[in-house]
Amino acid sequence: MTTATAPPEQTTSARSARGLVDLVFRARELSLVIALAALVGVTASVNGNFLSGQGIEDILLNTAILALLAVGQSLVVITRNLDLSVGSVVGLVAFVTGDLLAGGWGIVPGVLLGVAIGAACGLLNGLLVSFCRVPALVVTLGTLYVIQGVDHYIAHGRQINAVNLPPGLLSLGNGSVLGVPYLPLITLVIMVAIGYYLRSYPSGREFYAIGSSPEAARLAGVPVRRRILVAYLVSGCLAGLAGVLWLARFGTVIADSAHGWELLVVSAVVVGGVAITGGVGSVYGAALGALLLTTIGSALVVLRVNPFWQQAITGALLLLAISVDRVLALRLARLLRNRSRHG
Amino acid sequence: MSVTPTLALANVSKSFGAVRALREVSLDLFAGEAHALAGENGAGKSTLVKTLAGVHRPDTGQVLLNGEPVVFAGPADAQQAGVAVIYQEPTLFPDLSVAENIFMGRQPRRGLGRIDRKAMHGQARELFERLGVALDPEQPSRGLSIADQQLVEIAKALSRDARVLIMDEPTAALSGNEVARLFSVVEALREHGCAILFISHRLDEIFSLCQRVTTLRDGAWIASEPVSGLTHDDLVRRMVGRELGALYPKEEAPLGEVALQVERLTREGVFTDVSFQVRRGEIVALAGLVGAGRSEVARAVFGVDRWDAGSVSVDGRRLPAGSPTAAMGAGLALVPEDRRQQGLVMELSIERNIGLTGLRSLRRGVTISRQAERDRAKDWAVRLRLKFARLSDGVGVLSGGNQQKVVLAKWLATKPSVLIVDEPTRGIDVGTKAEVHRLLSELAGQGIAVLMISSDLPEVLGMADRVLVMHEGRLTAEISRADATEESVMNAATGRAA
Repeated sequence: MTTATAPPEQTTSARSARGLVDLVFRARELSLVIALAALVGVTASVNGNFLSGQGIEDILLNTAILALLAVGQSLVVITRNLDLSVGSVVGLVAFVTGDLLAGGWGIVPGVLLGVAIGAACGLLNGLLVSFCRVPALVVTLGTLYVIQGVDHYIAHGRQINAVNLPPGLLSLGNGSVLGVPYLPLITLVIMVAIGYYLRSYPSGREFYAIGSSPEAARLAGVPVRRRILVAYLVSGCLAGLAGVLWLARFGTVIADSAHGWELLVVSAVVVGGVAITGGVGSVYGAALGALLLTTIGSALVVLRVNPFWQQAITGALLLLAISVDRVLALRLARLLRNRSRHG
Repeated sequence: MSVTPTLALANVSKSFGAVRALREVSLDLFAGEAHALAGENGAGKSTLVKTLAGVHRPDTGQVLLNGEPVVFAGPADAQQAGVAVIYQEPTLFPDLSVAENIFMGRQPRRGLGRIDRKAMHGQARELFERLGVALDPEQPSRGLSIADQQLVEIAKALSRDARVLIMDEPTAALSGNEVARLFSVVEALREHGCAILFISHRLDEIFSLCQRVTTLRDGAWIASEPVSGLTHDDLVRRMVGRELGALYPKEEAPLGEVALQVERLTREGVFTDVSFQVRRGEIVALAGLVGAGRSEVARAVFGVDRWDAGSVSVDGRRLPAGSPTAAMGAGLALVPEDRRQQGLVMELSIERNIGLTGLRSLRRGVTISRQAERDRAKDWAVRLRLKFARLSDGVGVLSGGNQQKVVLAKWLATKPSVLIVDEPTRGIDVGTKAEVHRLLSELAGQGIAVLMISSDLPEVLGMADRVLVMHEGRLTAEISRADATEESVMNAATGRAA
């Protein structure tokens, strides 16, 4: 309240408050990197193969698809929404494009169709959430089951075999350029593009504005519904692309690929520092979260830990991430309030 | 005047369900003129603002921009047309920086349409210099005080180069210095040819800033006239529409023992060292500006929020911090500020809502008796003169005033010894308002201690035996009924010496 009478103090305290906020958010990405380093260090000291070229490549390949989905998901979560249908979209697209490619379709039309199916699912989710005002949880839970049902109907118990797929597609999934596999490269390019868009473009900032305060966004003239629709569309497209990449990586697929992944994706996003209540976080954090979860999975296998622990640890990490967020947010709010009061 | 108004309303009506918020209201805003909008709480001022801002569309009547009828499809349209609005409640994005809040959707660009952050921060800094405040554009807006948030809103409006600037109680949370600076900025804008619509409960401000004033009462247009020919009393009479006092039938009741005793209650960063007592049969008003911490004190006393230091006793028994159950058990009742969000379960019926506070006493065996619930609801409906079709109707169909009666019934059914009411008549029509006042007076007469939080000055002055005033989290004055005037209360509420 005393801003008018004591400008110098206010400025310095405001500056340091901002530094603090920066620190907290950087700290999130930093702590993810530290956790990763510790995990890799411990595992490698027990089993040297973990850090071999092959070991690292496996982790990157395994991360790529999850991270791609996490990037799409974080866009949705930043607007204070949720997309639970991504896992089943991956399953549907992997099977349908596999079926068509095995039947003689070209790779390019196959990829495009996969993305188009994803886009259609995203559009449906987006329309229901933004224009029909149905809660996101309910809408995407519904579409999750519907898409899964369609997937099973089309598959009818059949299986797509790698031998029937065009070799070009399989090399996309397993090949590399200059030693770096294609899959993580694709994810990296898309992540950077979306991250840059969100940070540097006015419309990108509006996603954060909507998640931060939907009512204020509406009053500020932000096209709220259109942005939410776009978020779901992008999430759907990326899920479609992820489905094609899944096919390319594994070759052999049945219905039900990526079953249950929707929750893994949401976990990656939350562990990566995107607030489930919207408005905060970055796609980089979400991708780092995916990398951490995947690395934990691989490390536990290398360390011969019972697979049961993998899920338990993922869960524990999620709880830790959310409680740390909550505590930090409360601390920060109190600190900022006190500063602006005494400033 | 033969000049075309920059922005005007012609015979605009707007209803929300059964509530007629605006009835055939007309208003002309001219370039270079500051126009005040006066009226009591619930008179329709905020609805009028939202209509001009493109948030609401009129049911009938027209919005005219430079004499041409326009339809604003949304807030974006109104902004495009040069209408900038500062709302009563700051509408900021807490997670984004101050500068981003100011320029959302209109950020300065560099190559390829990207945001030019440097320019954005520079422009924000210039705006703050113009306003004479030292806010850091890169700071997140979470954690700003209400006053600072309001300043960000003002900077936002300034940055739009608006042709029409609408301010809905912009000064409610500002200190004297800040108000003076805001006024000089507004004055400069006006001389530049900006049309200003100004809403304030502080009549002094209307007289010092504005040239004309339009008065609303219960959603209807009462008068539009030059400020120069008016006195304070004229304006109040137009707003209230009757002599003060008639509406407020507070009768003298014999004072009993102290029922509620609050000592040195402190919640860090929210309110500090709040001490007061309320006797049986007494109505004590807690006045102050929005954000002064009044509702927060009430919430803490009732145990919804914890307190950090101090004590609360009811009938001599100390309450544990942070337990509404204990507070209810001791005989406290809280009728909250926000009926729809906090006072009622909108999906449930009238009888279910009334029954909520006493589910245990409605038990027959282990289950709840519908008959007992219905009987209790019927009993209270009659006593409070509730207007309803059937008790099994959802509370959503009732008017605001009748909804408030349901909330009151729900709490009175607990037979409280202390009743805390937070803004008991906000958004209620005058007829029901008088009934609520009569009811509060009766309750005091029956020996209940009433603590009434209100922003409605006439209500405070008319109803209270004693007025406590809060300013920035502290009690700044205690004024007896005899000494309480609009001026003395306002002075204490704005931190000027009482």
